[in-house]
Amino acid sequence: MSLLAFGLKPGSRTGLRPAWDEEPTRAGLAVKGVTLVLVCLAVLFPVWVVVVTSLSSVRTITDTGGLVVLPQDITFVHYRELLAGGQVTRATLVSAGVTFFGTLFSMAVSILCAYGLSRPGSILHRPILMVLIATMFFGAGLIPTYLVVQGLGLTDTYLSLILPSAVNVFNILVLRAFFMSTARELVESARIDGAGDLRILWQIVMPLSRAVIAVITLFYAVGYWSAWFNASIYLTDPDMLPLQNVMQQLVIKQQKPTGLSQAINTGQLSPLAIQMAVMVLALLPVAVLAPFVQRHFRQGMLTGAVKG
Amino acid sequence: MAHGTTDTRGTAASGPEAAAPRTEPGAGTRTGQSRRTDAAPRVPLRHRLRRDRVLLLMVLPALLLLLVFNYVPLIGNVVAFQDYDPYLADNAFQAISQSPWVGFEHFRHMADDRLFWQAVRNTLAIFLIQLTLFFPVPILLALFLHSFVRPRVRAVAQAILYLPHFFSWVLVITVFQQMFGGAGLVAQVLRDHGHEGFDLMTDPGFFKFLITFELIWKDAGWGVIVFLAALSAISSDLYEAAAMDGAGRWRRMWHIQLPALRPVLALLLVLQVGNALTVGFEQILLQRTAVGPTASEVLDTYVWNVGLDNGNFSYAAAVGIVKGIFGLVLVLAANKVAHLMGEQGVYKR
Repeated sequence: MSLLAFGLKPGSRTGLRPAWDEEPTRAGLAVKGVTLVLVCLAVLFPVWVVVVTSLSSVRTITDTGGLVVLPQDITFVHYRELLAGGQVTRATLVSAGVTFFGTLFSMAVSILCAYGLSRPGSILHRPILMVLIATMFFGAGLIPTYLVVQGLGLTDTYLSLILPSAVNVFNILVLRAFFMSTARELVESARIDGAGDLRILWQIVMPLSRAVIAVITLFYAVGYWSAWFNASIYLTDPDMLPLQNVMQQLVIKQQKPTGLSQAINTGQLSPLAIQMAVMVLALLPVAVLAPFVQRHFRQGMLTGAVKG
Repeated sequence: MAHGTTDTRGTAASGPEAAAPRTEPGAGTRTGQSRRTDAAPRVPLRHRLRRDRVLLLMVLPALLLLLVFNYVPLIGNVVAFQDYDPYLADNAFQAISQSPWVGFEHFRHMADDRLFWQAVRNTLAIFLIQLTLFFPVPILLALFLHSFVRPRVRAVAQAILYLPHFFSWVLVITVFQQMFGGAGLVAQVLRDHGHEGFDLMTDPGFFKFLITFELIWKDAGWGVIVFLAALSAISSDLYEAAAMDGAGRWRRMWHIQLPALRPVLALLLVLQVGNALTVGFEQILLQRTAVGPTASEVLDTYVWNVGLDNGNFSYAAAVGIVKGIFGLVLVLAANKVAHLMGEQGVYKR
């Protein structure tokens, strides 16, 4: 990553800087550039090491004495073993399923609610809004929430990973603010033309709100994908656990993956590379998806803050 | 929101972390302007009800979920005044109805519970450390990023810096473990040079700073968004006028950019203080065995430990109630201070 790649050619008038702004000195630019690269490396370097180690062979890992910084050989053997059925495969599928259905459910509920509250002057919308917002100021507490989930018979079902965290009031407020600000006139005229609310939502409001919907979908999806705590208290069957919990067992608690200990003991697989591969499985979906939605983040973060 | 998985909020909200990240979503709470645009205020109630019934139906699912999982548990807090015994019945609701009442006994017990006060101390210590070490980082980072004029530089840097926000806490901690743990990269390099025994992850004395650095790595980049938005809203006329009057880069930062950030700063500070008792729950839960409870136990993990791990639901709920009440008082007080200082805070007066 040279400075040039970042567009930091010192001394040249870029045209981006207004005339009154002094041109930075070469030294100043260099310091800034190096700092920026270091800051970015603080994020990227650990991820790089994890990825490279997960792709390294047992021999490379033994040679380097552990983590691999410079790739020497690339092998997918650890991924193949992990995804050939068994604990990690199952956990990955569980996480994918919970994330998919959870996000779908959360989005449906949130979009409907946001739209339902978006018409000025509709009946009861103020009290309902208060009921929603109040939940942002208090938490009922861990114990009573647990008791309610248990009392409803949701423990040991995947519903316990979805329902208690399905609605995020902040996300609803962001969606609502967006719905209210976009296409007022279009919505009005559609209503005058006799379109029903579902139709307006589906054919006018949602297509116009793609950006914010993408952001909120990502927020929900990341929330479900990253969650581990609810699974740790609501699920007792180890076979039901999602990826994050299995990762906790394998990496933080340093347990050996069930079914692979034979191959690890005989030196065919590296326990370290296995751990790294599990970590890559957990980070890959978000690392791939987040940048696509990135340019909309600001919109998603801020609209909710500006309008009630 | 007290509850562990609300990372979404953080995500959504978990700005400065579960606890902290939670702050950002909070940003959305500034509501309640009463711009009454009632389309037809004089339409009779019955007609409005009929007119808006579809809208009400649309709100219903979300409302039900909130009632069941946010409001009903509020009532569930009655177990704090009982000796709740989960084995009285298969179902928590029946068990609650059959458990004996003990009044305020659990609350009295708290006063001389050494572990409880230790959790309080740890919570406040971690809050103060994060306030001084974490809070300024996104501001500095935003000023720094803003000083780059090329949009592409900023976009690439932001994409990279946002990334860890989307990592789960399990992932963040495992990454730190691989870097700074006993078998991590730093230890590995040190070992090659003859130094043994480096392990930041199991050092109780360093633990409070460790979780702060984890928080910085995960969320400082994400916290930049709000500040960058505020910075880019500054009119370039201001800069130009200041430059004409001879203000250099640093003076412009001091006299233009920092004042522009004031409202956002006040808001985030209020949220941070309001969340003071909710620091680092998931993080600490994942790492408490490595460093022991003396260094790591905070109120939230104490509730978890006493209630879910040891089965003393009633006492844990009592601790949770005390925490919740003081948390609410903190939010309101922080808001009051913000108002007194002429800032908006989370909600308007």
